[in-house]
Amino acid sequence: MPAAPKTRREILGGCLGLLAAEACGQGREQTGKSPSGTQPTGASRVVVAREPALRTGGSVDSKRLAALLDRAMQAFFNVDKPVEAWRKVVRPGEVVGLKVNCLAGKGASTHPILVEIICERLQEAGIRARDILIWDRLCDDLESAGFRIATGRDRIRVMGNDLLGYEDELSTFGSAGSLLAKALTRISDAVINLPVLKDHGIVGVTLALKNLFGAVHNPNKYHPNVGDPYVADVYMLPPIRQKVRLAICDAIDGQYEGGPSYMPQWSWPFNGLLVARDPVALDRIGWQIIEDERARRGMKPLREVGREPRWIRTAARHGIGTDDPNRIQRIEV
Amino acid sequence: MGEALDRRTFLKAASTLPCMRALAADDARYVAEARFWEKLPHRKIKCKLCPRECVIDDRERGYCGVRENRGGVYYTLVHSRVCAANVDPIEKKPFFHVLPGTLSFSIATAGCNVNCKMCQNWDISQVRPEQVRSIYMPPREVAALARQNRCATVAYTYTEPVIFYEFMVDSAEAVRAAGVRNVVVTGGYITTEPLKELCKRVDAVKVDLKAFTEKFYREVVNGELKPVLQTLVTLRKLGMWTEIVYLVIPTLNDSDQEFRQLARWVKSELGPEVPLHFTRFHPQYLLKNLPPTPVKTLERAKAIADAEGLHYVYVGNVPGHPGENTFCPKCRRVLIEREGFFVRGMHLKQGRCPGCRHPIPGIWG
Repeated sequence: MPAAPKTRREILGGCLGLLAAEACGQGREQTGKSPSGTQPTGASRVVVAREPALRTGGSVDSKRLAALLDRAMQAFFNVDKPVEAWRKVVRPGEVVGLKVNCLAGKGASTHPILVEIICERLQEAGIRARDILIWDRLCDDLESAGFRIATGRDRIRVMGNDLLGYEDELSTFGSAGSLLAKALTRISDAVINLPVLKDHGIVGVTLALKNLFGAVHNPNKYHPNVGDPYVADVYMLPPIRQKVRLAICDAIDGQYEGGPSYMPQWSWPFNGLLVARDPVALDRIGWQIIEDERARRGMKPLREVGREPRWIRTAARHGIGTDDPNRIQRIEV
Repeated sequence: MGEALDRRTFLKAASTLPCMRALAADDARYVAEARFWEKLPHRKIKCKLCPRECVIDDRERGYCGVRENRGGVYYTLVHSRVCAANVDPIEKKPFFHVLPGTLSFSIATAGCNVNCKMCQNWDISQVRPEQVRSIYMPPREVAALARQNRCATVAYTYTEPVIFYEFMVDSAEAVRAAGVRNVVVTGGYITTEPLKELCKRVDAVKVDLKAFTEKFYREVVNGELKPVLQTLVTLRKLGMWTEIVYLVIPTLNDSDQEFRQLARWVKSELGPEVPLHFTRFHPQYLLKNLPPTPVKTLERAKAIADAEGLHYVYVGNVPGHPGENTFCPKCRRVLIEREGFFVRGMHLKQGRCPGCRHPIPGIWG
């Protein structure tokens, strides 16, 4: 039986969908050949960059971290210079929001030193300091992770949603109904998602997708049923999908158990960064890294302890990205 | 280019930063150690206040959003933190068998332990306390304001009083000491031990029974039916005056079968004298796609519950409907005439029908 001709609405809807996907910069990658070999057709790329000698005297060496970030960005975008990579993410004149993850304080939050380097790179790519906003849910969380609150208009701002506020109108998708942070909706043109690599005692893991819980007023409502489908549904809220352009997961330290709080006994130095446009693919890879570490330590997989992050699959079903390992190109640099 | 902070917002943020942050979650006036929780390893805690039994990491909050783990100790963030305070007719709660025609000093804090898609107060129930404007109103002031406003009762209502349990209990003691009664308007999603303690201090409880299927509770309420039914049974055993409200939502909980099962359960487990209010739904929050409940549906629900033998079945949110009135179950005489939230005629004599002297259950004086 021949397929029914498409209606005008369906054709227009499809076109709009393509435009939206392009604007989001998410889903399948079109960034050229992989430095490490052939890229599967339509695959999502995840760069896993590591530097065993990242630390000197126990603390992170900023120059080596900068070099690691540059290497990761160049590999992901297949370019020769870091600035070329950043110009594929942001344009001069845009306001760029850096969504950090600071709930756990020092030890299991986005490292300020990494954020500082990203801010330098953004400025090299033409973003003015005053057009960079580092944000998370609460000022207290930011401070406990080592950031200093800054509200001045002539420099990089660091502020929590408790200062910037939320929209008055609900945004909804599926199970999600939330007021979105103005940092996302009104201030940022583009958002760079800066999660951390860690276990989560309720929803399994917390990586790129879940970090956007920090953009809604009611994250406490989204933890039942191991976070499924809530994590995926929240990410589907239009401003999130439209504005988050890149995820750089701070995997300098990983935590394979006891999250989201910082538990040093379950933390290990991964000395790495994960970079992807596709948050689903990043989460799939990050989850695997955590599972590998759990296995290495003789711990049960998350599925066996009732914390398998099924919402990653749900996010893939929503079309946010891919969780199929055969369609994810993991690029180790 | 994205919108930068406007001047007003910027100035506000810059100039009031310390002040705003003092008003945020850790304002010491509102923080008190919570009750009904247990310590778990690694600074985690388990909340035992409601059947959800949230396991909460350090620096995290429970599902309600108002109780926080701080270093392995659990705190309420909403003690004396009132985000809504009004003097309402008690019929608005609704209580139809508690001091008809009197006023009730009605208060709430932010937060809720469920997330009903039809919530009419979602802007205070589904937010964290620091996200709404609140005032400091300690228990003694609750009692004083109730008396000052000539209220016969204080109602803990609007959001979900279970989540501000400590404040409610402390206030109830102060209110009772001031000679004013306490009434609670709740979804009934609470564990048995705190419920029993609460009942020592309050006079009446209205339970929102949101449906009679687990499916509805799971999909629309984000909760469970069974613990709510357990709450109703416990209230009955404790002799607490209880009324039930059932919000009838088109297509979701409005079948004859569900009405009948509900009425039979109420009659067999609680008795025929428990008032049952079928109230009209209006599109709200996450259920804006459904129409308001047809009045005929409410009349059908009432007819089924009447036929099953319940004595006091009401129609609500339909001002002027005869189903708002109280009738004598024995001689069918009109005992209390109502229109909306107002009593138009009170014919009860000392809690009895003036015609046949049949006793009418409730709190009448």
